[in-house]
Amino acid sequence: MIQTLGLRTAAVALVAAVASFGSPSAMAWEPTRTVEFIVPAGTGGGADQMARTIQGIITKHSLMKQSMVVVNKAGGAGGEGFLDIKNSKGNPNKLIITLSNLFTTPLATGIPFSWKDMTPVAMLALDEFVLWVNADSPYKTVGDFVKAMKAAPPGQFKMGGTGSKQEDQIITVAIEKATGTKMTYIPYKGGGEVAVQLVGKHVDATVNNPIEAVAQWRAGKLRPLCVFDSKLLAGKDKIAGEMSWSDIPTCKSQGLDIEYLMLRGVFMPPGVPKDAVEYYVELFKKVRATPEWAQLMADGAFNQSFMSGADYAKWVEGEEKRHRDLMKEAGFLATN
Amino acid sequence: MEVGVAAFMALLGVVTVIGSLRVGIGWGAEGPKSGFFPFWVGLIVVAASLYNMAQAYTKGSRKLFASWSQIGQVLKVVAPLTIYVAAIPWFGIYLASALLIAGFMRWIGRYGWPLVLAISIGLPIVTYLTFEIWFLVPLPKGPIEELLGL
Amino acid sequence: MEGIGDLMTGFAVVLSWQNLLYMLIGIVLGVIIGVLPGLGGANGVAILLPLTFTMSPTSAIILLSCIYWGALFGGAITSILFNIPGEPWSVATTFDGYPMAQNGKAGEALTAAFTSSFVGALFAVIVITLAAPLVASFALQFGPAEKFSVFFLAFCSFVGMGKEPPTKTIAAMMLGFALAAVGTDTVTGQLRLTFGSTELLGGFDFLIAVIGLFGIGEILLTMEEGLSFKGKAAGISPAVVWQTWKELPRYWMTSLRSCLIGCWMGITPAGATPASFMSYGIAKRASRKGDQFGKGEVEGVVAPETAAHAAGTSALLPMLSLGVPGSPTAAVLLGGLLIWGLQPGPLLFVEQKDFVWGLIASMYLGNIVGLIVVLTMVPFFAAILRVPFAIIAPIILVVCAIGAYTVHNSTFDVVMMLVFGVAGYLFKKCNYPLAPLVLAIVLGDKAEEAFRQSLLISQGGLGVFFSNGLVGSIMVLGLVALFWPVLSNFYSRLLTSRRA
Repeated sequence: MIQTLGLRTAAVALVAAVASFGSPSAMAWEPTRTVEFIVPAGTGGGADQMARTIQGIITKHSLMKQSMVVVNKAGGAGGEGFLDIKNSKGNPNKLIITLSNLFTTPLATGIPFSWKDMTPVAMLALDEFVLWVNADSPYKTVGDFVKAMKAAPPGQFKMGGTGSKQEDQIITVAIEKATGTKMTYIPYKGGGEVAVQLVGKHVDATVNNPIEAVAQWRAGKLRPLCVFDSKLLAGKDKIAGEMSWSDIPTCKSQGLDIEYLMLRGVFMPPGVPKDAVEYYVELFKKVRATPEWAQLMADGAFNQSFMSGADYAKWVEGEEKRHRDLMKEAGFLATN
Repeated sequence: MEVGVAAFMALLGVVTVIGSLRVGIGWGAEGPKSGFFPFWVGLIVVAASLYNMAQAYTKGSRKLFASWSQIGQVLKVVAPLTIYVAAIPWFGIYLASALLIAGFMRWIGRYGWPLVLAISIGLPIVTYLTFEIWFLVPLPKGPIEELLGL
Repeated sequence: MEGIGDLMTGFAVVLSWQNLLYMLIGIVLGVIIGVLPGLGGANGVAILLPLTFTMSPTSAIILLSCIYWGALFGGAITSILFNIPGEPWSVATTFDGYPMAQNGKAGEALTAAFTSSFVGALFAVIVITLAAPLVASFALQFGPAEKFSVFFLAFCSFVGMGKEPPTKTIAAMMLGFALAAVGTDTVTGQLRLTFGSTELLGGFDFLIAVIGLFGIGEILLTMEEGLSFKGKAAGISPAVVWQTWKELPRYWMTSLRSCLIGCWMGITPAGATPASFMSYGIAKRASRKGDQFGKGEVEGVVAPETAAHAAGTSALLPMLSLGVPGSPTAAVLLGGLLIWGLQPGPLLFVEQKDFVWGLIASMYLGNIVGLIVVLTMVPFFAAILRVPFAIIAPIILVVCAIGAYTVHNSTFDVVMMLVFGVAGYLFKKCNYPLAPLVLAIVLGDKAEEAFRQSLLISQGGLGVFFSNGLVGSIMVLGLVALFWPVLSNFYSRLLTSRRA
């Protein structure tokens, strides 16, 4: 049965390949074997979900002749995956999807890699962060929240987040700095778990990505206070009661001047042919044009910026500097 | 021999303790630091192993736990397996597996060549189909696969 | 009781020839995946996920969840036949399953394992059907302190039951904890015990340790004995299934207890692996034949398999209702749901009734289909033992190596497997127990993480572990389990002294 399935996929791929031959966009370079798509995080997280969605889209629409496999290399806060890319010099059949650990892991752990050891391909989207509290809590606005935080003894407020010395904790420190308070940060392994800990009232607030907390929000268990972006989120569909994504105010407008977005981008090993990079840029453009991708973007209220080439590299460079400053300020830099 | 095993475990314990010292073994304001548990765990390993070592020594079980011929038998597996493991990064898992199976069947099992060849070549092919084609799990490959363009 | 009506609708959704065919395919594939160490249910589901996008969500989730059931069933096969746990939760099955196979009772062991898996899963599905919302709110009670108490209990119910010298048990267990600590420390994000090596970044994976210690170690032991060059002659006939079935009702108490443990662990979600260990440990203490455990006692197969399957099944509940996966496989299924536009969470049960009840109905049917499939294969599996050692041994070695590699796609892990293999042989020879070691590797870092998260919450106070009724009573249970040998000893001495 699987064999027939495999054959069918192969046949579809063949048809697609023949079709693409006739079109003017026929490209010089194509992957020669199965493409490995590395996820520097565990199964089930945001990056993993995105990678597997892309794999699904590529398979379903036969966007690539070769098949794509998703490989999780989560060791050392993702360092394992990035080192694998760094050491696969010239291999054009390997890709990696990034989260903020592209910047935070080398700084926090001293694992030797940076984005400069890799070839930037494209930015797929930016993931947003939202300040969430339990729907039963008395905090309706950021103002309520900050006021309560200032009134409580330092360290009594508990912020749950994913991982240690990564994006969630960076935002936590930024909130502390901006409000002059002290919170206790509790690291968990995955975003979904963090959201549930908030529902179970084991923590007081979280900065979950929209997609991690949306289900609990819709069920009326959580309440979003503000989004850490300079502009409002895109979705206009009602999600919980009368609120849609675009009804969440920005944190800045609420007097909490913090902005943080997380890169969901793709990199390749160093020293790969230029044609290969262009091939993948085109591939991801096609992926972004599918309805499945649009669905994912809408569910997760992603910021749908797309960049490639020099723009992308420049953006990444700026982000790296920013993370270095943020991490330094927070005292997260590795000592040894 | 038992003394040796205990000594080896004690060594691992010491390594753990040293590693823990590097990351801090204290009990900070917010609970134990990274090295706290490994440090004590390491110490207990060392202590227990020293006791085991003394026990083994005094009980006079200094004789080997197995006869030499038995150890020879065990080495018949360990030696080829070591070579196999060492060969995987260079020759890929398929060729190495074929050689291991063939060698083992021929050398230890004394089977005739037809059966030896059938299994030693058949299994890697089945593996290839199962893992790489069905489940899309890439396994390490070597020069032969490169040549075949797989 | 509206659950029953919904379930009937669910059956109507599921019962089509096409869906039944998917179930069959799923189960068979799952069994294959479960048999191959390293290729876990998570891999199978993840890899086939893209292929299912062309199906309707219900059909797709049926296919995928049946792979999951199949993998749960399949994990027991290699544990019993070769002492190699195909999945982490089948480690405890090796303790009695493998000795049974060695005594020529492979058929009985397999039948017992499959049947108990079925019973466990069925129990869990019934719990889900009747009490889904209740169960979900129970799961919400579990913060770090509660989780730690569960791990503590799992641990306590298992330790202190071997016949090996206590210092050796302690040394082995602590070594397990040390191995579990290698890698990144979740709480601080620091690297520890890696000594600058990139290979150690990810830490030691439990499966690699187990493949080495149990699988390779066993082959070395067999080699040393030098007697198994011929295949094992095992009396295999389909009648073995009936005979075993006649015997199984005797263990209903163990079964029920294991079901409860499994459901609880699956929902919290601590997972199937601790559930199987805990259930085995408790069964050993509770059983009158406790001292026969480890030598090939059917009860020692029933207990872990029932609990593992109950946990594996009930782990799907927090995934559906809370969006928190109870296992890696569940995590991948979760990703799949999102791609199909199904948002797991409290509202899934309200908004996607067809889907949810279809899935639950497919759990019933999938397990029945699964049981039939695997039971018909029992004689075939048992016959594998007849293959001469000189043929099967190198094949096992190769399969182990592939399994070790696929866990992290790293050849370093294959080296580690070899090291663990030799260590497993030496430990066995020197009378070190392996079970506490693997248990410590599985639970070590999770327990430490939960412990330290709790202390962060309480800002350093140990009182957090007794701060409410739930966590306090679990901790007390754990302490009782830990000191049970001492207590029961004291009690029996008290009795004898009174009589005197």
